[in-house]
Amino acid sequence: MILVILEQQSERQNSQWHRMSWETLAAGQQLAAQLGVGLQAAVLGKSNSALLAELASKKIGHIWNVEHDLLERYTADGYASACQQLVEKIKPSVVLFPHTYQVRDFAPKLATRFSQVLISDVISARLDAGALVYVRQFFQGKLSGDIRANGTGPHFASIQAGAFRADALETSATAAPSEVFSPVMDATMIRQRPEAPFREAARAVDLTTAEIIVSVGRGIKEQSNIPVVEELAKALGAELAASRPICDAGWLPMERQVGSSGQTVAPKMYVAVGISGAIQHLVGMKGAKTIVAINKDANAPIFEVADYGIVGDLFEVVPALVDAVNKAKS
Amino acid sequence: MKILVAIKQVPMRDSQLRIAPSARWIDEDALNFEINEPDAYALEEALQLKEKHGGEVVVLCAGPERAGQTIREALAKGADRAIHLELDLNSLDTLGMARLLAHACAAEKADLILTGLQSDDLGSGQTGVVMAELMGVAHSTIIMQVEVNGSTLRVKRELENGWFQHIEMPLPAVLTIQSGLNKLRYATLMGIKKAKNKEVKKLTATELGGMPAAVVWTDKIYAPHKSKQSQIFEGDAKTAATQLVEKLKFEARVF
Ligand SMILES: Cc1cc2nc3c(=O)[nH]c(=O)nc-3n(C[C@H](O)[C@H](O)[C@H](O)COP(=O)(O)OP(=O)(O)OC[C@H]3O[C@@H](n4cnc5c(N)ncnc54)[C@H](O)[C@@H]3O)c2cc1C
Repeated sequence: MILVILEQQSERQNSQWHRMSWETLAAGQQLAAQLGVGLQAAVLGKSNSALLAELASKKIGHIWNVEHDLLERYTADGYASACQQLVEKIKPSVVLFPHTYQVRDFAPKLATRFSQVLISDVISARLDAGALVYVRQFFQGKLSGDIRANGTGPHFASIQAGAFRADALETSATAAPSEVFSPVMDATMIRQRPEAPFREAARAVDLTTAEIIVSVGRGIKEQSNIPVVEELAKALGAELAASRPICDAGWLPMERQVGSSGQTVAPKMYVAVGISGAIQHLVGMKGAKTIVAINKDANAPIFEVADYGIVGDLFEVVPALVDAVNKAKS
Repeated sequence: MKILVAIKQVPMRDSQLRIAPSARWIDEDALNFEINEPDAYALEEALQLKEKHGGEVVVLCAGPERAGQTIREALAKGADRAIHLELDLNSLDTLGMARLLAHACAAEKADLILTGLQSDDLGSGQTGVVMAELMGVAHSTIIMQVEVNGSTLRVKRELENGWFQHIEMPLPAVLTIQSGLNKLRYATLMGIKKAKNKEVKKLTATELGGMPAAVVWTDKIYAPHKSKQSQIFEGDAKTAATQLVEKLKFEARVF
């Protein structure tokens, strides 16, 4: 049986499912069908009834509500222990997670308790001669690889954002059966004391409403080169955004960072200049209607999501583009 | 305070990667190597904590002989000494790697163990977490700030979409460090000189209980399958730019 461990974002916004929970559940449904095994799902902590009703409408064999006062707030120690107890009880052959920051924090610990390795950030999986082969990326998306795990299991795998489609989820006319599972826990086994989540500062720039975004990455090399892309943004009437290293270095303010730690945008056009296209950046901009990439490396992963691309040195391409845009607009 | 920093040597960023004939891994012959980026930030954080609280910074690095270069650079930046697990990493999975590292750490009895949140080559993002579990100490990941108050640690952990959270935990602990949490220093000439005389203890897998067998392994690596049809313009910048703008205007209709 395949067990999918779902994630909620109850601490931050109003309680809601983490979008990647649905994608992972879709992965679970597809793999369970291929393997000819059942699918179960688990959610940790107290959930409100609306969220549980939404979950029960999906095609799932059994839902586990893993409840304990000590799971109210996420801790790595608490979650690893609760999941361990559930896995020991129901003995799944495969445990799937969404590859979220939270899962990165506790799932490797959980897998270790079963002398297993979490196969992290998986983009697809297939059945090959009766065994599952997991595909994951190396070198920040520049290469892919087939991963196999030894037969004894359980296997633990986390699913990359966007790798499976949430809209492919099968629903069910009758509500999936659910059950409360109460792990045995006490406060002394939890060493982390988490405080309330917070945001650094109010966002002065709302990139989500921008129609066109010009985004700059490490290919720009130096802070003094930023005007090169500013010119392009001006010509296109675009907002300026950046990949993480640019904001880390303070070349542009944090609030202009696009990606899993920054903003998620879906403009009419996103122009990525000197950005390699690591998954943490892609999740923040993949939804753009038209994606343009300018990069000197023809194999940069950004070209895999681009509709249009120019392979070349941005210091030559961008000024030429500014001219061409100005000409086309006049 | 004794701080251990686990660092890895990886191919230099922007390297042109070629798949080895075996298709199990890349061809490393023509590549240059450097410290894994988040590990560089972990090292910097350790050096800053030492400046504040005193103590010792010990670098721990598993890798073949060539990793010695990266170790020397860490010593030149100010680490006090190093432990080099001299071995070929290719047959190890994360659990095996973490077992050897945890084994090497055990004898050191460090107060704090730092490492980068993931390696730029494998990117599995787990070594630190698995080490913590094997050593029976607390951990936290994607750390953007570290504060030591006596025997407790207060860290700032990055959450998604621009959220953060402070977490307290007892020492000893393992933290996986996010890039960008501090400003990296350069090695000084003096530092490079001093590094020559610093201790680098070499350990082999045999001395750490033997090479663990892998439970997961990479069958083969390949160029990613392209899912989207993209139109790529190459050649001189002016022509490519004109062609692109044409498409944007009449096909994508963005202006
Ligand atoms: C937990 C976590 C969260 C993260 N969150 C985010 C996030 O929110 N946002 C984000 O962006 N990243 C995030 N990252 C970092 C991410 O993994 C990448 O490291 C980052 O996106 C890389 O930025 P980059 O593409 O600008 O730099 P690089 O990967 O260094 O790419 C630079 C690119 O520029 C090209 N280039 C160089 N010179 C030129 C030139 N002259 N002309 C044209 N092209 C050139 C190179 O070919 C290369 O492709 C996160 C990472 C982790 C682990």
